[in-house]
Amino acid sequence: MKNRLFAFCLLLSTLLATPFALAAADLEINTPAISSLKSSMQSRHGELAGFYASGAVGLTRDALVAVHDTNAVPLSQRQKVNSLVAAENNDRNALYKEIATANGHPEWEAEVRNTFAQRWVQKAQSGWWYQDASGSWAKK
Amino acid sequence: MKTWMWLLPMAAFLSACVTINIYFPAAAAEKAADKIIDEVWQIKKDQQAPADEPAK
Repeated sequence: MKNRLFAFCLLLSTLLATPFALAAADLEINTPAISSLKSSMQSRHGELAGFYASGAVGLTRDALVAVHDTNAVPLSQRQKVNSLVAAENNDRNALYKEIATANGHPEWEAEVRNTFAQRWVQKAQSGWWYQDASGSWAKK
Repeated sequence: MKTWMWLLPMAAFLSACVTINIYFPAAAAEKAADKIIDEVWQIKKDQQAPADEPAK
């Protein structure tokens, strides 16, 4: 009886200690939803890259994109830029939400967003525009 | 003896609650963000965003 109780306690301890290992490990980002958002954003990036480089579109401090300089866009393409920005922001919002949900913590969405805001800017090419912490535009 | 045995799982349980529910894994999130950004922007190396991809 004592042996059985001991084994049970040991098993319970192991199960309960597992979150320690999980907490230290990577975030889950390999869900089907995240993959499809990634590939959608990846193919859109081909069209957006030129607008980042010309300064037409910049990275915002809330980890989205926005039209920064309308004058850098020929009249004929303005509608296209607006819809690209809107579609990109839809994907980005969904991505941050999905990462938080996929890891069992929907309340992490804001922190995921903050992390991305910093990393997008960090990884942006020089010459691209971004919003600093106060919300004003700067050129990288 | 019996009470002593319950201490271990109880201690593990309590600290597990604190660990998972309060702290946002900032380092892991940064790593995950970098991985996704590299894929979306197709960046080959860390810290580098080459304008031209070398021909193979």
